Amino acid sequence: MNIHEYQVKKIFEEYNLPIPKGHIVTNYHDAIDTAISIGGKMWVIKAQIHSGGRGLAGGVKLARSLKEVENICKAMIGSKLITNQTGPEGKIVEKVYIERGVKIKYELYIAIALDRAKEMPVIIASGEGGVEIEKTAKTNPEKIIKIAIDPTIGFQDFHGRELGFKLNIPKDDIPRFVNFAKILYEIYMQDDAELIEINPLVKTKNGNYLALDGKMGLDDSALYRHKDLAELRDKHEENNIESEAKEYGLSYVKLDGNVGCMVNGAGLAMATMDIISYSKGMAANFLDVGGGASASTVAKGFEIILRDKNVKSIFVNIFGGIVRCDRIANGILEATKNVDIQVPVVVRLDGTNAKIGSKLLKDANISNLIVATNLEDGAKKAVAAAKE
Amino acid sequence: MSILVNKNTKVIVQGFTGREGSFHSSQCLEYGTKIVAGVTPNKGGEKHLDVPVFNTVKEAVKATKATTSLIFVPPRFVADAIMEAASAGIELAVVITEGAPVKDIQMAKDYATKNGMKILGPNCPGIITPKECKIGIMPGNIFKKGAIGVISKSGTLTYEVSHQVAQVGLGVSTAVGIGGDPIIGLSFKDLLLMFENDDETKAMVLIGEIGGDLEIQAAKFIKEHISKPVVAFIAGQTAPKGKRMGHAGAIISGSSGSAKQKMDALKKAGVKVVVSPADIGKAIKKALK
Repeated sequence: MNIHEYQVKKIFEEYNLPIPKGHIVTNYHDAIDTAISIGGKMWVIKAQIHSGGRGLAGGVKLARSLKEVENICKAMIGSKLITNQTGPEGKIVEKVYIERGVKIKYELYIAIALDRAKEMPVIIASGEGGVEIEKTAKTNPEKIIKIAIDPTIGFQDFHGRELGFKLNIPKDDIPRFVNFAKILYEIYMQDDAELIEINPLVKTKNGNYLALDGKMGLDDSALYRHKDLAELRDKHEENNIESEAKEYGLSYVKLDGNVGCMVNGAGLAMATMDIISYSKGMAANFLDVGGGASASTVAKGFEIILRDKNVKSIFVNIFGGIVRCDRIANGILEATKNVDIQVPVVVRLDGTNAKIGSKLLKDANISNLIVATNLEDGAKKAVAAAKE
Repeated sequence: MSILVNKNTKVIVQGFTGREGSFHSSQCLEYGTKIVAGVTPNKGGEKHLDVPVFNTVKEAVKATKATTSLIFVPPRFVADAIMEAASAGIELAVVITEGAPVKDIQMAKDYATKNGMKILGPNCPGIITPKECKIGIMPGNIFKKGAIGVISKSGTLTYEVSHQVAQVGLGVSTAVGIGGDPIIGLSFKDLLLMFENDDETKAMVLIGEIGGDLEIQAAKFIKEHISKPVVAFIAGQTAPKGKRMGHAGAIISGSSGSAKQKMDALKKAGVKVVVSPADIGKAIKKALK
């Protein structure tokens, strides 16, 4: 689960990680009062959406007067922001964060993520703050410093010193930097984060390190032990259909093709998308009905797939194990009664009770139901049906 | 021969009396697996499925000399269960549970390694040596006995592959699910080496997916240490970047973890990489010629 910058900063504040003074605003009428209470002569207004690349897209603006603060907030709140990560549909800005502007001496990039190869958290840092780290990683990989932290010993001062020296931080700044990185690691571990990223981390002319930005992703599986963090979920930011599917135990991801897919198991669901592409078609979605699929979840799956108007055919690909094929067949029959399925449905059933399932479907004599004998046959038939 | 488990393997089940634990334990027993004890705290002394229940893994191991544990406990108790097994001298823990926090598994795996215990999973279908024992949730009847070693991150793809293997007239020596989480126990390369040293196994199938770099590690390892033929399929060739595809670990982050990278690395290492998941069985048959 991702959370907003202003929520991340609140967490930083609780851990005494320095941030610039700032406040959230949802109505531009409050903008001037908020800016006055923050103080200073320069403010930064930042759109609060779950996306990187806000700056380039016009979602981060500098104001040098109170009037400017108000004008920027007025224009930004309710507007649609299209970044290089939101896709062409963009995101509506419902909240902006007003922050006191600071004079910057130098900028850094710092992040903590899981290093899956080493199986421990890794601190990633660069002296090239503010820019896109992916680009630096490609063009100047030597400028990105990575230090894995073994959780058995946790973050030690020597980790911080090594980072600091490699980043060429002025030697007088190193103790403060070490302390900053240490707190960041503590947050990462305490809150079960998947990722914390600060870009940029700045040294101000006053001599402080400040987190000018903050991005944080949390391990969904650990949210049960962080009730306070779980409450930070912003439903507006989540794909409604994906969240709805999740409530029914379905794992759904929308894609751009026209062959809808319903599969049991994540691996087979991905492989189904792949074989559709191999058969010169394109999947409209990823959908894993999970191990506990019942007739009603299958029916729900159809309903969700069909909400995508691009869908021209549906490929139901089930390899029964725990999921019994007769149960899936009953689900399909139930769905045909309750959901108006106007596209051809290609069904491939194999594994546990496949014969019973296939017989149920055949006996039902449904006109737009096509039975496939195996994975390849099913993919071909589904792609062909979508083209008709 | 087979790897890791055979007809003599003595198994305990942690989370034995729960709904999932009961259902799958009875299926395993029916298959012929030697489940010698169950562990459910506060139910010690009872019998369940005609098998004695103990309060702790230590007691169960002491009474039965079991070496393997099948774990079904809910996600928040998984780390505790793994570490309890490790501290009791269990040699292999097979963790079926999906949804354990990453930090917990990191810690539990570290402790297991220090105690010499291997882990399969979490979030895996388990392991099966056809006609001998099944320690997991897979439908046993799909697996025919034979000479192909199967290693897979995905449950249903393991079934699909083993089915294709049977259809081309071959069978499986042992099929192992390694799980789809960001941190897992035994990885491809560990199991490839076991199959390499197993006389019964003549070829291996590796089923990977997007996310992480275990397949790339495997490619390097195959080049240096594996002489038997390997066929591979990587799921998620058409998956979008930055989206989690069902499994917690199945996500392309930035420029790393894509199917193409993994397929290229495996090809370079001399592995027969199939693009279509329907061609795995045929490719194995060809590789054995």
